[in-house]
Amino acid sequence: MMTVTAFWLLILGLALTSFIPRASFILLFARWPVPALLQRALRYVPAAVFSAILVPGLVLSAGSIHLGLDNPRLLAGILAGAIAWRTRNTLLTIVAGMLALHLFSYLVRQS
Amino acid sequence: MHLHPQFLAAAKACLPVLPGVLAFGAICGVAMVAAGMPYSLAMLMSILVYAGNAQLAALQLLTSDSPLAIAILAALVINLRFFIYSLSMAPHLAAAGPRWRPLLSYLLTDNGYAMSLRGYERPLQAADKVWYYLGCSAAIWITWQIGTLTGVLVGARIPADWHLEFSIVLTFLAIVAPTIRDRAVAAAACAAGITAVLAWPLPLRLGLLLAVAAGIGAGMLVENMREK
Repeated sequence: MMTVTAFWLLILGLALTSFIPRASFILLFARWPVPALLQRALRYVPAAVFSAILVPGLVLSAGSIHLGLDNPRLLAGILAGAIAWRTRNTLLTIVAGMLALHLFSYLVRQS
Repeated sequence: MHLHPQFLAAAKACLPVLPGVLAFGAICGVAMVAAGMPYSLAMLMSILVYAGNAQLAALQLLTSDSPLAIAILAALVINLRFFIYSLSMAPHLAAAGPRWRPLLSYLLTDNGYAMSLRGYERPLQAADKVWYYLGCSAAIWITWQIGTLTGVLVGARIPADWHLEFSIVLTFLAIVAPTIRDRAVAAAACAAGITAVLAWPLPLRLGLLLAVAAGIGAGMLVENMREK
């Protein structure tokens, strides 16, 4: 569990790293043309960052890889991913994913 | 008090996106208290940072024992898109005075950006464009903070064995999965996910940065292959 000091540092760090990109051009009004290569790279930033954060949350437990049917987080994640892909509905994805997590956890405990 | 007509028109035009903003704000609030934040700090974070995806990413990394600096760096990477929004909004906000610009910058969001650009499809005077942007942004800001406050208050009452921290992972799934509509983006997502898992034992969670680089590289590679 994190200390209150760590949360304060987190808030300050995030406040700066969120404000600087937003202010970059609006506040400084630099008419700097974005290089084409950077624009192409930025297209893949969201998919790369979010996947890099979420996939370990599905397959790792205590640092080791669990790919089997006895991993409820992986199963719930696959189901939620399919729902998100089809419906584009954030709330539905989260509700279905949470219910699936508890259902699969229950089934794994029973077996 | 009279509000500028373009301010009101913009707030009205944004109504369809507000339920989504409210729900995502609530999710963010729940996730913050699930990560162990006291609710006063959670609200302070929501007001000072005001960037839901970056907040969730940083919290997800911290709850998996990543160093603070890596969590903040990951948030910066997620916020890179704001450079592009800022660049693209700046000419539309040319009429705003220097005193207003810090506020206008702070209020920049995915939805506010998208809805303002939609509003600018009609011809508008330079000053009206600023009011329009402010109208969108104010509606989104207020809705977001109400959503977060609701999430923080509700989240604090939810028992830990509901595993609400899993909702952060699910939120990211809900963001990423619908964007996978072509092979290049799919390659970026797969390469980043696989690299992140395999490189997990690296110190300081450096595997995360490696994974982001692998994902961007894979996406551009597949895009290039198709062009030929």
